[in-house]
Amino acid sequence: MAYISLPEGLPGIRGLMAFRPETARPMNDFIETLLHGPHTLTPGERELIGTYVSYLNDCYYCQTCHGYIAAACLNGDEELVKRVKADFQHADISEKLKALLVIAGKVQKSGKSVTAEDVAQARAAEASDLEIHDTVLISAAFCMFNRYVDGLGTWQPRDEAMYRERGKRIARDGYVFISQEYLPAETVAK
Amino acid sequence: MPHIALPEGLAGITAGFAFRPETAKPMRELAHILLHEANSLTPGERELIATYVSSQNDCYFCQTSHGAAAACHLGSSEIVKQVKTDFESAPVSPKLKALLAIAGKVQQSGKNVTSTDIDRARRLGATEMEIHDTVLIAAAFCMFNRYVDGLGTWQPRDETMYAQMGKHLAEEGYRKRPAEQPEPEYYRTAREAADKELAVETK
Repeated sequence: MAYISLPEGLPGIRGLMAFRPETARPMNDFIETLLHGPHTLTPGERELIGTYVSYLNDCYYCQTCHGYIAAACLNGDEELVKRVKADFQHADISEKLKALLVIAGKVQKSGKSVTAEDVAQARAAEASDLEIHDTVLISAAFCMFNRYVDGLGTWQPRDEAMYRERGKRIARDGYVFISQEYLPAETVAK
Repeated sequence: MPHIALPEGLAGITAGFAFRPETAKPMRELAHILLHEANSLTPGERELIATYVSSQNDCYFCQTSHGAAAACHLGSSEIVKQVKTDFESAPVSPKLKALLAIAGKVQQSGKNVTSTDIDRARRLGATEMEIHDTVLIAAAFCMFNRYVDGLGTWQPRDETMYAQMGKHLAEEGYRKRPAEQPEPEYYRTAREAADKELAVETK
């Protein structure tokens, strides 16, 4: 049972966003830009960062939801997503993404944990300043989303098929479009 | 030294905002709604929650700038200090103490919040919206603090600067860029190039 009376039938962050559409709108715009907008990192790479941080924060809803979005972006490769969570250094991903995941993992603990060596390593693997910036911000953002979802005790059904289906749709249509399902129309309009 | 080439002369989060205006806009908007817009919690109370979480996360820039904003709203920097060191004995309402306890739990992990914490806040008069906003303010500052420290931003030890910033934030909120921070030249060029590219793409 959630700690506050949320609209029924909406799991995880969706119930919270329907409860408070005023804050939902900028949060959806924000996540759309970070994960779905045009970028030199692919949506799949960015979703893997979000999934990995949510896994470190032990947020079931976010790691499952974003894990399936990542898989949908990566030709349905659910095994790769699992591998990144369990041991990304041995996953079949680029050296650049590995270096960025190291930074994301540091940010998850504390912004202060990021060292000049971590950043130098990412640069050596050809990460740009924008990619390093966005990695830090994606990780920081999931430290917010995960706390928001768990801190209010939201309903997080154990229903992998639901997350898989939704992951495909978010990967295709993005966050702002999907949010029309649970937000009043005037809140979604930009 | 910041970890990436941030525009010079901009402190803390303002440097990250100038580097990446696309993400800055919704982040400013979120902070504005959470901390500045009409709410049954006063702006001073909400800034205290933000300051407390930033101090728990040991983020100098955020705890000092939001502490200054709180002090401006409350007309006392002493209360801000007391809340940071020991809010249970600070001269704030029992309801705010219960909300600060929830914020402190969220700072560690969302999972640390218990129904006992929520019951205490409710018993002391906190509404559902106030509990919601407390959790989201605490969660949002776990983001802002990590962003500011994770990029290794410049965080000058300059009380006057933070006092001015706090006054600006208390009066104007978070939507606008402070007038005394003009758009850096390098950033203007990048933004114009990005706008052009976007215009081509959307055609």
